[in-house]
Amino acid sequence: MKRTLIRAAVGAASLLAIYALQLGVEAGFTEYVQRIVLLAGINVILAVGLNLINGTTGQFSIGHAGFMAVGAYAAAFLGVKLAGPVHAALGPGPLADAVIFNLALLAGALLAGISGLIVGLPSLRLRGDYLAVVTLGFGEIIRILFNNATFLGSATGYFGDDPSGLPTYTNFFWVFAWATAIVLLIHNLTFSQTGRSLTAIREDEIAAEAMATPTTRLKVIAFALSAATAGIAGGLFAHMQAGVRPEDFRFEKSIDMIVMIIVGGLGSISGAILGGIFVAVSLELMRDLQQYRLVLYALLLVVIMIVRPQGLLGSRELYQVFRKRKSARRAEGA
Amino acid sequence: MSLLELHAVDKIFGGLHAVRGVSFQVERGTIFGLIGPNGAGKTTLFNVITGVYTPEHGKISFRGENIAGLKPAAIAARGVARTFQNIRIFRAMTVAENVMVAGHHLHKSSIAAAMLRTAGYERDEHALRKRAHELLEVLGLADLSAEVAGSLPYGSQRRLEIARGLMLSPELLLLDEPAAGMNSQEALTLNEQIRFLRDQLKLTVILVEHNMAVVMSVCERIHVVDHGETIAEGSPAAIKTDPRVLAAYLGEEVPETAGVA
Repeated sequence: MKRTLIRAAVGAASLLAIYALQLGVEAGFTEYVQRIVLLAGINVILAVGLNLINGTTGQFSIGHAGFMAVGAYAAAFLGVKLAGPVHAALGPGPLADAVIFNLALLAGALLAGISGLIVGLPSLRLRGDYLAVVTLGFGEIIRILFNNATFLGSATGYFGDDPSGLPTYTNFFWVFAWATAIVLLIHNLTFSQTGRSLTAIREDEIAAEAMATPTTRLKVIAFALSAATAGIAGGLFAHMQAGVRPEDFRFEKSIDMIVMIIVGGLGSISGAILGGIFVAVSLELMRDLQQYRLVLYALLLVVIMIVRPQGLLGSRELYQVFRKRKSARRAEGA
Repeated sequence: MSLLELHAVDKIFGGLHAVRGVSFQVERGTIFGLIGPNGAGKTTLFNVITGVYTPEHGKISFRGENIAGLKPAAIAARGVARTFQNIRIFRAMTVAENVMVAGHHLHKSSIAAAMLRTAGYERDEHALRKRAHELLEVLGLADLSAEVAGSLPYGSQRRLEIARGLMLSPELLLLDEPAAGMNSQEALTLNEQIRFLRDQLKLTVILVEHNMAVVMSVCERIHVVDHGETIAEGSPAAIKTDPRVLAAYLGEEVPETAGVA
């Protein structure tokens, strides 16, 4: 009981802090910078979610842009269609907006999670490169489905019913409230019995099975959760612009996500956070080099593989790195 | 009823008959040795018992239930733990985490409970950690519980595999060459630990081992296979003098008349 109260207090305080930060960011930075900050927050969600399956569980998916697309389209569509009934019930205003937006995001996450389940069930029996190829294929199939869905605007994309495009619900507060919640939940999952089992699957699947670990079930669950987080990111992404287009979720988007988690260090949550921010900022800096971007990323990956193959943090967390430094210093002092 | 019964088990890989018609019974509370020359099919038998391979013919019953064809995780959950000849620990995880992985059945809380860190989850986690620590103490690894498993010396890794297997709360423990890579002092300690597991934890142990000093001193009954077939079974004393076993290990004495004149 006491525990619940403390948690509620900490949660409320965090939301207030995020709100205060939003006011600061909106007052202190140009819209251009604000947009990069939002993209960084969305990237953090993408990277931390993808890291659960690629890093912790060691099952290489390179089709996550597809799940992001499912979340984006679902949240965009529902964000438009829910407006009528919710406004009728609550009347227009910030409360109604919050309800519409979060319902749309959750529905997007649910649909992305279900797509993850559908893709994961048959393909997670495969390993390594085979799984990578299958997820890549599924990612493209999802994009092409949207490319041909006339009620979602086909190749032009979905822009809602209003000529001005989708309502822009996404702001600093919602992006970082969701990012904080997702990082926290995935962190708790990673450092739990389930997380240990997922890591054991990565380390040695045969031994994990011999220790009564339900490997297939856990892999599918991790994959679906990972897809659901990509769905949330997709929903946040959709509502920060006028519309969602199939071309936003090309193969390159999946590669961006892979870069995020490899730069940061596969298996490290703090690494994924840093990687997500890194990619948002570097994409912006490389804006003028659009078509050479992938070449630069490829180059970057090659350099990382040579210089620091385990990524920035390896599979450790930031606080573990500092703790180790501290104890090493203490040992030297003694 | 014996704890484990193999009845005419066959395992065939393409043209290779790796196990041919092997039958044996392991009584509750015994330390049972499974020996034979290299390539005799001992590890294959372990893999058949633990579900890594499905036998082509024959029955394997554990506590009276036929387990042939079940998945490894299902057989492990029924109380069959094992170690591996070529050590399969989770190298990047700590020693304590390695053991805790096998405690799935002690953790009743859901994934949602883990994500929200509910009081029930914390209780389960605490119990699991405590149990893991107890088992590490039994195997003399308690001091190393926070070390990364891959950094342990060979002998400790083998003992860690045993501790991890014990976390399943098994009735039957299969040890695949536990003394390999150990010096004679470590092997002696291992002997005591195996007896301790049987006497104190009421385990039944099947041991595949090439170190005959270990096998002969710790096993109460020994089953000998060669080329996938049973050639003898009996007490250590009987096995030591069995002519078929000696022939399998040392080669047959060539009768003089068979030589080229």
